[in-house]
Amino acid sequence: MTSHDMRRSKNRRGGRSFVPVLLAGLVASAPAWADAAPGATACTGCHGPAALGSAIPSLDGHAADDIVAQMQAFRSGERKATVMDRIARGFTEEETRAIAEWLAKPEAARHAQP
Amino acid sequence: MPNRRALIGGAAASVAAAVLAAPQVRAQAQPPVIVIGGGFAGASCARALKQLDRDLAVTLIEPETVYLACPFSNAVLAGLRGIEAQTFRYDQFGDIGLIRKRAVAVDAERRRVRLEDGTDIGYVRLVLAPGVDLRFDALPGYDEAAVAIMPHAWKAGAQTLLLRDQLAAMPDGGVVILSAPANPFRCPPGPYERASLIAHYLKTSKPRSKLIILDAKDAFSKQRLFEAAWQELYPGLIEWVPLSSGGRVTEVDPATRTLVTEFGNHKADVANVIPPQRAGGIAQSAGVADQTGWCPIDPVTFESRLQPAIHVIGDAAIGGAMPKSAFSANAQAKACAAAVAALVRERQPAQPKLINTCYSLVAPGYGISIAGVYRPRDGLLAEVEGAGGTSPLEAPLSVRELEAAYAEDWFRTITSEVFG
Repeated sequence: MTSHDMRRSKNRRGGRSFVPVLLAGLVASAPAWADAAPGATACTGCHGPAALGSAIPSLDGHAADDIVAQMQAFRSGERKATVMDRIARGFTEEETRAIAEWLAKPEAARHAQP
Repeated sequence: MPNRRALIGGAAASVAAAVLAAPQVRAQAQPPVIVIGGGFAGASCARALKQLDRDLAVTLIEPETVYLACPFSNAVLAGLRGIEAQTFRYDQFGDIGLIRKRAVAVDAERRRVRLEDGTDIGYVRLVLAPGVDLRFDALPGYDEAAVAIMPHAWKAGAQTLLLRDQLAAMPDGGVVILSAPANPFRCPPGPYERASLIAHYLKTSKPRSKLIILDAKDAFSKQRLFEAAWQELYPGLIEWVPLSSGGRVTEVDPATRTLVTEFGNHKADVANVIPPQRAGGIAQSAGVADQTGWCPIDPVTFESRLQPAIHVIGDAAIGGAMPKSAFSANAQAKACAAAVAALVRERQPAQPKLINTCYSLVAPGYGISIAGVYRPRDGLLAEVEGAGGTSPLEAPLSVRELEAAYAEDWFRTITSEVFG
């Protein structure tokens, strides 16, 4: 990732430390990662930040409904794929929906960075 | 033993304190989650733990200053890629405590890790990601000295370059022999990708040469795809000798570069011996490896079946249907981190679902893949039926080109996620 992204994510993290201590105590400072639907964190092994400019499309900025529809199209074979058809068939509609909702959250919440 | 009671009392007291204290104070009072091993599994896990809980103290123990990645190292030894493309530094780990020392022992009862300099540090939970150790007791003649003559190149780095240089120095018309181990081992399609890329090198640079694979198995990953591609791209160049035809190597003689099988001796100009493997040494010392040499785990939390509060991920773990791959290691690391973060907060870990995708290059611009989706079932990570599988046997070259491009980009993406 670029140093610009790095700064951005650092700034976001910096913001989090101002969360009131009482609230943090209640929710144990639960960040978005803790809400990741089963299977969701595996996606970023291939689908990286858009800034990486990969041939494998980034999932950044996709609406949940769009991801669900694409996965459905992969599952049914309506959308041709190299591996996504094989992977999409491993998830139910409900599981796919949960993953898509999580993936649709802001970028900093998804990509693993310290 | 009296110390143990005192320790448990101390632990209970600090848990009580944690309930009352603010998270920052709790984080300081509680020992860290320690991750041993900075490969695809360990580095991913340390990162994910921090992502899950900023207040959690996370320590990564890794003695090396750089990581040399195995995926794509077959392209290096075939002269298609520089080793620098495989090299990653540990300088992007933010506030993860990085200890550049070797962990030499684990005291599972007292929950402490001993480092090579004699210091020891406590943990609340330990994640072991030690990768594999090559077994130098499994193949007569193949000891630590033999690797200088018959490289394994199964850990990327100097061994990769040695095998590359041996291939480059071999005269045209030479015989390359690759010995592949029985299951399980790191990267199931790896020996066959390697055979393919060596064949590509021989075809383009030393066309009168030959490659023999002596295999301790009768079947291998993506076999039909590899064999069809070999037929198409390298006719007559690769000979695969399965177990049932005498493929299992029972002894080697480095001095004469001879590989012995039950059916006879094979003399090589270049011998690449991929020996049997087991979980990395620290797993043996921590008591988390069983008699197979690998580590049985709970498929939900990756916690060892043999020792409490120690989790094992990546190649060292018995991953059920999941192969020992960098992709699996990364996916397991993130699932394990979620479980560890939950357990530290005394919450119920969620049932994970995991994915693996392994690409292999059969030639430059010719990629094939195998994928799977996994979930805990009957105490193991089992494949979700109806999903996964390999690339189609019949496909236009454009599909193979696309998969080769995806393979490259997968590597870029995953290494940027893991190493920053």
